[in-house]
Amino acid sequence: MPIEIPSDNWPGAVRTVTIGATAAEGGTRARTVTVGGEKALPFMHFEAEMPHRPLVAIEIMDRRPDDWSSLLLEAWGAAAESPGIWAQAAEAAGADLIQLSLSLTPAGGEQTTPEAAVAAVKEVLAATGLPLIVIGPGQAEADNELLVPVADATRGERLALGVCEDKNYRTIVAAAMASDHLVVARTPMDVNLAKQLNILISDMHMPLDRILMDPTTGALGYGIEYGYSAMERLRLAALQGDTMTQLPMIVTPGYEAWKTKEAKVGADVPPEWGDWEQRAINWETVTAVTLLESGADIVVLRHPESVRRVQATIDELMRVPAAA
Amino acid sequence: MALSGIQIYKLLPKTNCKECGFPTCLAFAMKLAAKQIELSACPHVSEEASAELAESAAPPIRLITLTGNGHKVEVGNEVVLFRHEKTFYHKPGLFIRLSDELPVAEIAANVTRAANYSVNYVGRDLALDGFAIDATSGDLQRFAAAVAAVQSVGKYPLILMSRDPAVLAAGLEEVSGESPLLYSADESNWEALAALAKEHKASLAVSAPTLDELAALTQKLQEAGVEDLVLDPAVRDFSHWLTASTQIRRLALKKNFRPLGYPVIAFAGENNPEQGDAGREVALAAQTISKYAGLVVLDHFAPELVYPLLVLRENLYTDPQKPIQVQPGLYEINAPRPGDPLLVTTNFSITYFSVANEVEGAGLPAWLLVADAEGMSVLTAWAAGNFDAERIAKDVKRFGVADKIDHQRIVIPGHVAVISGELEEELPGWDVRVGPREAVDLPAYIKSVVLQ
Ligand code: B12
Ligand code: SF4
Repeated sequence: MPIEIPSDNWPGAVRTVTIGATAAEGGTRARTVTVGGEKALPFMHFEAEMPHRPLVAIEIMDRRPDDWSSLLLEAWGAAAESPGIWAQAAEAAGADLIQLSLSLTPAGGEQTTPEAAVAAVKEVLAATGLPLIVIGPGQAEADNELLVPVADATRGERLALGVCEDKNYRTIVAAAMASDHLVVARTPMDVNLAKQLNILISDMHMPLDRILMDPTTGALGYGIEYGYSAMERLRLAALQGDTMTQLPMIVTPGYEAWKTKEAKVGADVPPEWGDWEQRAINWETVTAVTLLESGADIVVLRHPESVRRVQATIDELMRVPAAA
Repeated sequence: MALSGIQIYKLLPKTNCKECGFPTCLAFAMKLAAKQIELSACPHVSEEASAELAESAAPPIRLITLTGNGHKVEVGNEVVLFRHEKTFYHKPGLFIRLSDELPVAEIAANVTRAANYSVNYVGRDLALDGFAIDATSGDLQRFAAAVAAVQSVGKYPLILMSRDPAVLAAGLEEVSGESPLLYSADESNWEALAALAKEHKASLAVSAPTLDELAALTQKLQEAGVEDLVLDPAVRDFSHWLTASTQIRRLALKKNFRPLGYPVIAFAGENNPEQGDAGREVALAAQTISKYAGLVVLDHFAPELVYPLLVLRENLYTDPQKPIQVQPGLYEINAPRPGDPLLVTTNFSITYFSVANEVEGAGLPAWLLVADAEGMSVLTAWAAGNFDAERIAKDVKRFGVADKIDHQRIVIPGHVAVISGELEEELPGWDVRVGPREAVDLPAYIKSVVLQ
């Protein structure tokens, strides 16, 4: 008698969210990307079709970053000098979409101006046909000051703008709504906080299919287990039918991993850490793969080799097993 | 699955004779269900009932132990599908595989390198668990010589790999007194391997491409008296492996399906489409660690490859209810004198070690006040009110900082710069300095700012 495999039949599903708009849809993207739609836990193809594969975004900056590891700067080389060329290099490296992070200050300057931010975004849009996520410098005032004009100047592109946090979401959400964009909502690794913020944002009449949630993660060795479990819980809640958790999840293993000493530093570290470059790439890759297993829909990465490895992993994970 | 009190009651004599010390059989059954008493306290229980009870009390995933001269790996006996439901208990064993076709000197050298490897992570020494020796040669002598070569370095838990009982027997001759894993039994050889496993008190891996075939084999082996089994769903790519491993775990936990109530073994380096792509091996190993492997076999050993995997295993197997913490107190780094700098941090292990390792590694003497922040990181503790000015000032007094140092300067983490004013109020007369945000920048900061 064949074994009866316990199969979960979940009442809920993750919403689908489409980023980017083609010319026909009011934007200029060569193509759009869609995430979400899961009706089962990650890659449980035997339970339900997984309609959209998880995606890899590559993070680039509006200028050559001062605080990135030299390994990353070497990997991107001259491309890092200009956001348009960097975006093209990222596309060539296998990105499904681009995340442009705006810096707080221009090289040698005081404060990134709204004009400069808009110019950087336009440069990237002109250089690549991929959909785009635009993230502010991470300080409420600067975020609002830069993201509002960016939203305005790119009306209809369906960019994902972020990040919205509980203390600063209104301005960004309003700007995104006014110009037909999406938002990224970030909360610190907690199911209830994530729900709350999603509720606050949808209370502003932002449609739920224009929100990506970032449940926050820690890097491998620096709190990944908290992010991992928060994501598993969020995804289980979504499948159980809790509407306000049914949003695709975006996480930033690249940012987190490249903050760690293991990735960032090559000299004066214990010999047991091994080869610096491979260790750094493994750090980013292992963080990303682990988070894909717990439900990530978009992982934002930094190193081209990590992108290659994570894309290859997703390819394999998307193969539907033949019925046994 | 554990039986309920009522289910147990049905198996008891129902005479209420009180000899167990309880007024009724039902009361005894309830205690038994709550695991507060042993079945042996009832002298009247029938043999069948006690067999049934013993069976139901057995863990849904059997605990398997591999030994090698003092080193041991215990895997299995997990109780949840998701770590937040309780915790994962037995970290998967990490093994390095070597082919017996390598020259014995090379085998010994490789084993030495991997066996001596240990890396410190938040105060713990992490290491690999053992070796898998693969009889790719198919040759008895060669295999025995390879096993002996591994044993000559040190006796670690072993996985002996061959489908040929004669080859395995030759290898087993070299590992007397230990409990290795034999890999593996299949439809063609299971009887001979069952006999070997019993004779040598070894555990036995079972390979089959489908769960049905796997279960059919383990049932035969159980009947043959072999209980210590490990499952090898013979699929090697990410998707099939994840499906098989998840289904096995669910069947064991949700259905108490005994034929598959065993730990699973994974071969992360096998079937690599790009030969020798260690990147894929690391990624696949990461998947198997997060998704239910009991044993993970790697084909490559290199520090930059195993360090992240050892850390991942450590992270996912920490109890979600108990963040790893260090004892709050005043720590001395590099034998500080009273005039040396005073730094403050939290008692979350990762935070403490990030700071302590930097300062220690730079050879700078310093006092490190580890405040009781309930085991949280700097910002988490600050956000939760466990690392504010009041708490720090209290710990400065509680741990007698003034008796140890002869100055009144304290460096706080850059991430909590906002508390500096309040801390100066809480510690009148003190000079509160805001340090860098990241610990990596501490040595430079201490040299350039504090020691000026
Ligand atoms: C893991 C984590 C958690 C875990 C807790 C883990 C733990 N045991 O601490 C959980 C999920 C439980 C958690 C909970 C919360 N969290 Co939290 N969490 C994180 C996360 C992802 C990583 C923290 C971490 O472990 N970092 C690694 C350690 C090593 O860093 P660290 O302690 O800061 O130490 C570094 C430096 O500070 C420095 N350093 C340390 N000591 C010293 C000393 C000196 C002298 C110097 C110079 C330097 C220095 O060196 C270290 C290495 O560079 C961060 C976001 C992020 N990615 O950073 C959010 C974060 C810290 N959390 C945050 C919040 C708000 C919370 C909650 C309040 C949310 C809530 N309302 O429930 C709760 C609070 C806890 C509670 N009430 O239960 C916010 C804090 C925001 C803020 N600026 O105040 C953050 C920043 C996330 C965010 N962006 O919103 N969190
Ligand atoms: S000793 Fe056994 S039979 Fe007697 S009351 Fe207790 S459980 Fe019932």
